[in-house]
Amino acid sequence: MENRIFNKEMECMPRRELEALQLERLKSLVDYCERNSEFYSKRLAKAGVTADKIKSLSDIQYIPYTTKDDLRDTYPFGMISVPMEKIVRVHASSGTTGNPTVVAYTREDMENWSEQVARLAVAAGANAGTIVQICFGYGMFTGALGLHYGLEKIGAVVVPTSSGNTEKQLKFMRDFGTDAIVATPSYCMYLAEAARSMADKYPMEMYKLKYGILGSEGSTPEMRAEIEKHWGSGIFCTDNYGMSELNGPGMSGECMYRDGLHINEDHFLCETIDSASGSVLGKGETGELVVTNLTKRGLPMLRYRTKDITSINYDTCKCGRTSARMHKIIGRSDDMIKVRGVNVFPSQVESALIGMTEISPNYLIVLRRENYSDSMEVRVELIDSSLLDRYGELVALQKRIQDNIKNILGIAIKVSLVEPNSIERFTGKAKRVLDLRNQ
Amino acid sequence: MYIKQLSVFVENKDGRLAEITTIIANAGIDIRALSIADTTDFGILRLVVDKPYEAEDILKAAGLTVSLTDVIAIGIPDRPGGFAETITAVANKAVAVEYMYAFISREQDRAYLIMRVADNETAIAALRAQGCDLLDGESVYQL
Repeated sequence: MENRIFNKEMECMPRRELEALQLERLKSLVDYCERNSEFYSKRLAKAGVTADKIKSLSDIQYIPYTTKDDLRDTYPFGMISVPMEKIVRVHASSGTTGNPTVVAYTREDMENWSEQVARLAVAAGANAGTIVQICFGYGMFTGALGLHYGLEKIGAVVVPTSSGNTEKQLKFMRDFGTDAIVATPSYCMYLAEAARSMADKYPMEMYKLKYGILGSEGSTPEMRAEIEKHWGSGIFCTDNYGMSELNGPGMSGECMYRDGLHINEDHFLCETIDSASGSVLGKGETGELVVTNLTKRGLPMLRYRTKDITSINYDTCKCGRTSARMHKIIGRSDDMIKVRGVNVFPSQVESALIGMTEISPNYLIVLRRENYSDSMEVRVELIDSSLLDRYGELVALQKRIQDNIKNILGIAIKVSLVEPNSIERFTGKAKRVLDLRNQ
Repeated sequence: MYIKQLSVFVENKDGRLAEITTIIANAGIDIRALSIADTTDFGILRLVVDKPYEAEDILKAAGLTVSLTDVIAIGIPDRPGGFAETITAVANKAVAVEYMYAFISREQDRAYLIMRVADNETAIAALRAQGCDLLDGESVYQL
C-alpha cells in the first residue's frame, strides 16, 4: 500500500506550529462561545473563564467539561449557537436511554467534517477513482453520510448501498469490482462469512476488496486478522474513530502502519482525564478521552467527555504525519471494573479470547470476594469436541486462556470451561460482568 | 476391531449427570459401560451404548459438546492377575494408555476392558500376542 497524505500541510505540520494553531483556535472558540452560545456563555462566566485568560493550551483545564447529559438536557436545539438559517444539517444519536442527542452543522462545519474524513480515507488507502461501498446505515446516524461526503471530496466512486441486504451488497461488490468498503468490523466479517457460504456459486476470487475502512465500533488486532483472512482478497483494514457529538467519523483514523489512530489535531484538541476525579492526566497517560472541537460553530463542543478510555502518543509516525495518535479504545469509563485495584475492561478479556476456535465467543466475568480479596473468574463455553479425548488438552486449554488473560491484565484469574449455551445470550448490549462482591 | 465411545463434556453442577443420562434414556438407548473423570469444575463422561450414532445425534441436538471416539475393547479372564497380565503386555511395548475402564460381564469368568491408547496398532498387536480377545462393536453394543 502506498503511503499517501491528503493534506500534508496540516497533517505533517511541525508540532510547535500545530500547537500555536491550536491555541489560536482555542482562544477564538472560547471567544465565539462567549458571544454566541447562551449555554456556554453562562457556563464560562460561572467558571470565570474568558478568551483572554487562555494563555497556553494547558489553560484549557479551567473550562468546564461538557457531557452527553448537557446535550440531552438542552434537547433538541438548546446548544445550537447560530440562527437556524445558518444550519444546513442535523443528525441525532439513537437515544436508547432518554432523549436522543442532537447535533447540528453550518456549511463551514460540513466542509471541515468532509476534510477530516477525507484525510482518514486517504490514510486508509482510498484515492480518486477508488470504488467504495458504504455499508453503514444512512439516516440520522452520522457514520454513512460522514464517510460519504469525505470520500466524494477525494474523488472516490461512492456506492451508497447502506446496511443490510447482504446478497445485494455482495453482488455489487463482485459486479462493480468494489475496491473498498466502509462498515463496522462485525458487518465486514459477516459479509465475508456470507460470501464464503456462497463460494461454490461465486468464488472468493470474484471479490477485489483492497481496503476495509472500519468504524463505529472498535476492532481488536485479532478480529482484524480474522476479517482479512476471511476475505482472502488481500484486504487491508484500518480503524477510524469519531462520534456524532464531534461531527461524526473523522476525528481520527489509522494509517498504513496501524500504530494508533491519527487525530486531526488542527480540529480536535484532546486530553485524557481520570474518570472518577475529573483531573487531567499527563501526556501519554491512559484515561478518559476529552475532546474540544476547535472549528465547530453550529453546535460547539468544549471539553466533551467521550467516556472512551485511551492514551495519546505524540511521537511522529513512520508515515510522516506529526499528528498525535490515539490508542484503540480499550473500554468505556462506565464499563470499567476494578479488581484488586487494577482497572479491567471486559474488552481486554475479549481480546484474549477472540479467534480461539475451541470456545464460543460468549463469555462471562464473575467477581467474588474471598478472604477479603477480589477474585475474578472468566467462564467460557467449550465447543471443540475433539478436545474431549484427552483430559490434558482441556486442562491445557484452560491454562492457555488463563495465561493470555494474565498477560493482558497483569492479574491472575480463574478460567472455567462451561457447557455450550450455558451463558445467557443478550440480543442488545451483552452483560459481561456478574459482580457478586457485595453479596 | 474398534468400538465407538461417546465423550460428553459435563459441568460439575447438581443434577447435570442425571439430566444428561435422562436424555439418553428417553431415547431408549441402553448404556453398556460408563466412566466419568472429573476435576472440581468439569468432567468428561464416557459412555459405550447400544446405539452410539443415535446417541451422539441426540446429545448434540441437546446442545452438548460430544465426540465419538474409537476405543479398543477386549475380553480378559476374570481371575487374579487377569488385568495385570494384559496391561503388562501393553506397557512392554511402551504404548501410553490415555484412559481405561473395566467391567465384569454376565458371562462366567470373563471381564471386559475398554481402553484408549496413544498407538492403536501397536497396542492391538501386543494384545493379540498376549492372546486377548478383541471385541468388535456389535458384540459390545449387544452385551
